[in-house]
Amino acid sequence: MTELPEKVEDIEIRLLLEALFLRYHYDFRNYAMASIKRRLRQAREQLGFSTFSAMQESILRDADMLPQLLRFMTVQVSEMFRDPSYFRALRERVVPHLKTYPSLKVWVAGCSTGEELYSLVILFREEGLEERTLFYATDINHDALETAQAGIYPMERIPLFTQNHRQSGGKSSLSDYYQAAYGRASLDKTLRKNVVFSDHSLVTDSVFAEMHLISCRNVLIYFDKALQDRALGLFEDSLARRGFLGLGSKESLRFSSHASAFADFVREEKIYQRSSE
Amino acid sequence: MMRPGPQIVVIGASAGAVDALGAILPSIPEDSGLSILVVVHVPPDKRSVMAELFRAKCRLMVVEAEDKMPIEPGVVYFAPPDYHLQVEADKTLSLSGDEPVLYSRPSIDVLFESAAEALGPLLIGLILTGANQDGANGMAAIVGAGGIGIVQDPRTAFAPAMPEAAIAACPQVRVLALAEISTFLREVEV
Repeated sequence: MTELPEKVEDIEIRLLLEALFLRYHYDFRNYAMASIKRRLRQAREQLGFSTFSAMQESILRDADMLPQLLRFMTVQVSEMFRDPSYFRALRERVVPHLKTYPSLKVWVAGCSTGEELYSLVILFREEGLEERTLFYATDINHDALETAQAGIYPMERIPLFTQNHRQSGGKSSLSDYYQAAYGRASLDKTLRKNVVFSDHSLVTDSVFAEMHLISCRNVLIYFDKALQDRALGLFEDSLARRGFLGLGSKESLRFSSHASAFADFVREEKIYQRSSE
Repeated sequence: MMRPGPQIVVIGASAGAVDALGAILPSIPEDSGLSILVVVHVPPDKRSVMAELFRAKCRLMVVEAEDKMPIEPGVVYFAPPDYHLQVEADKTLSLSGDEPVLYSRPSIDVLFESAAEALGPLLIGLILTGANQDGANGMAAIVGAGGIGIVQDPRTAFAPAMPEAAIAACPQVRVLALAEISTFLREVEV
């Protein structure tokens, strides 16, 4: 009988996710369960509800609860140039191909608070590609997008960003791109001049432009297999022929039904190239 | 009613992990039907050494876990540095970059608790040497969900704190020395 309470909780979680979708069109129903349960439990504890049913009632009736809950559901902290070898591979292996195009579109899908986006913009500037590139930075989390757009990070994170940048083969000094004041590093606003920030959901939205590079790192790990497939299908449809897709270092196309649409390009860095078919 | 035997072993180890795992994993025969998921606390420097280290020593296949990998019998999966390793109800693995738990990512509790929820009675939970409390809550979750709990005898552990915490959180676990754990895993009916 010890299993019974667990099962009730599973039902409650499913109902809560359904309620979020019906009421607000935030669709977490196909997120990977282990992570979503952990995050929801944290939210329930910290928001002070004794059950998910009680939380569901409050969310349904009180729209002010939504942003509070979303903070738990989509929180994501990254680093600039996280996994320097990935950015080195982009620089050394992918950039030479991109240089053959007169104009470029790059999509940072699930950009969260912007660290990956700015890493790419700096890399493109160093490689002389920034001027011909339009960057799309998308996320479902408004707060995160606002942080990304502001481009201000705590100063104590800068040493790590700097070290990563150097290891990624950076051709300039990261300090060229920010101003430090009051314990915060404020990124140069010219880094944003070719960036479009936008609300976009990999779960419910569709293709919006033809991309030459899509970077989507450590986002798909939060999706279940069906949703991963949807997102990868979206990437397949969004990429120009022979366009590039970069995933997180522990993510893989191997278990997806879209695997055949892509070829390994830099295998150990999870950089794929869309087939030319 | 036929109760399915244990199929999946989840192991948590910290300080002293390499030697303790070295006394267990290499002795498991290649035809063992067990799947083994391991979290070792390693610095988040993004280099993965554990899988490589044990690949050479083990008769089982040893891999570093990737997102959405199916859990197969006869394979040892190590959590990659800087990610939590989790078990989903469809017997696949998932990773997460959520914040560290008890200063750890990967976290033993995260693996054990997700496994307990997904596959409770199919589990053996095993806590080895370590100098913190990680895994104690997870062990209680596994035993509470009908799995088997085993803890390395703290008197034989390089660092006794982690086994002691697991025993305190879950007094009904079996407390065994490394050689006995190794025998148990070799002989368990899968």
